[in-house]
Amino acid sequence: MSLRVLVLMLPLSATGCGPDDVPRSFASQRGSASGEVEINVPAKLYSIESDRLDPLGRPIRIACATCHSTKESAVVPQSPADLQDFHMGLAFDHGSNRCASCHVSEPRRAPELRLADGTHVPMTEAMQLCAQCHGPQYRDYKAGAHGGMSGSWDLSRGNRRRNNCVDCHDPHVPRTPAVQPAARMRDRLPVAVPPAEEAAR
Amino acid sequence: MTPTRRRTLKVLGATLGASAFAYAMEPLQAFTNNLTLDEFLQGHFRELTPEALAAAIARLEAETREKHGREVTIRADLPIEGVEFGYALNLSICVGCRKCAEACHIENNHDRASNNSYIRVFEMKQGSMDFENGHADYEHAVPAQDKFYLPVQCQQCDNPPCTKVCPVEATWQEPDGIVVVDYNWCIGCRYCEAACPYHARRFNWTAPEIASEDINPNQGYLSNRIRPQGVVEKCTFCLHRTRRGELPACLEACPTGARVFGNLLDPNSEIRWVLANKRVFVLKEELGTRPRFFYFFDK
Repeated sequence: MSLRVLVLMLPLSATGCGPDDVPRSFASQRGSASGEVEINVPAKLYSIESDRLDPLGRPIRIACATCHSTKESAVVPQSPADLQDFHMGLAFDHGSNRCASCHVSEPRRAPELRLADGTHVPMTEAMQLCAQCHGPQYRDYKAGAHGGMSGSWDLSRGNRRRNNCVDCHDPHVPRTPAVQPAARMRDRLPVAVPPAEEAAR
Repeated sequence: MTPTRRRTLKVLGATLGASAFAYAMEPLQAFTNNLTLDEFLQGHFRELTPEALAAAIARLEAETREKHGREVTIRADLPIEGVEFGYALNLSICVGCRKCAEACHIENNHDRASNNSYIRVFEMKQGSMDFENGHADYEHAVPAQDKFYLPVQCQQCDNPPCTKVCPVEATWQEPDGIVVVDYNWCIGCRYCEAACPYHARRFNWTAPEIASEDINPNQGYLSNRIRPQGVVEKCTFCLHRTRRGELPACLEACPTGARVFGNLLDPNSEIRWVLANKRVFVLKEELGTRPRFFYFFDK
């Protein structure tokens, strides 16, 4: 599918976007509309949380390039267990992938992602990488039927903002964790207790 | 005049009759105290002239200012030509977190005490579409094992049973498919609530109570303006948003992206892509209500 790629020169964030990781957007593939679709570029694609906090108590993020573009990186390890100095405590549960299945780290370059055909793409292009294995989801996403959105239901009436794959899915542990639901409605119907929960009481 | 037995009984009877009548009419007194003459004389929404509508809106805005201490804007957006709204929901993705119901509660100025919402999320047994086994009152972490989650709101039927039973025509279907209620015309008989096979309508047993800072000031005459006591209300696909091109609040709130909304008449819309490419179904198809709300599973 052809995807007209527009490069939007949005203000670069203070966390240090390099020329490689400019936020991107694509116009509607269906042509009739004039509204723009902007895809989120979450900070985790170009920076990492440090153990220091800012005055508001939020972890200070450090751009990947801060270390990786100035220092010689070690060889990309097999699994997070092999990490000894940096990125410690990283949880990983994403099939049989190895670190190097997706990551490349060349000396004195911002970290990049490696597609299956060997092409290197910047971290901010993570969706291309995900799409290699998760084709049906990517197809649905492009059709507007996966991933959610905010803004306008019709691109001829307004713009739209889309989530990035990694906004909802942690690429290292993609399974969605269980969440506590929002409060239920207290309407005038008696509360029926599900049989399973009744038995547990 | 000499007091005769006949005259005494007459006076006594008349006094008793008058007091019984006054006692019987007393609830009406309380009722009319809450009802201004303008409100009482206001016509049906579809028969209002533009001037009368503007006057009604000005009165409602003033009432909100007075009763709730909040400046609000009430609009009566018209249906957009060539647009019929449709909704689809991916049941493979929905985790039952009720964020949609919560967003509805806030967007539509629902009563805070009852935590009312136009969306009821059913926890259903996997492999069954039987609502007898579904529960909307779960409190545990979601998604639970062997369950799927089925949010149900107004299906905006093309053949709505609810509008047909209204004895005063206070509810009807708009050209863009949205079934609406004129809250100032509704008499609160709840026939429509009983007629709806999806349990999508709600009755205002009490006047909704909302703190003034929690009121959503972006209001629609036929949608989320603060409802009076004793009328029926329902989901309108957030027409005060969607008729202005915005997405419904429940869709924007969905953290999993399970919801798809759009124009059924636009062959290039997202909703049409879903209808063409997914195996969609509707709830209680056998009733012939022809819902504009579609459900599908990915696998």
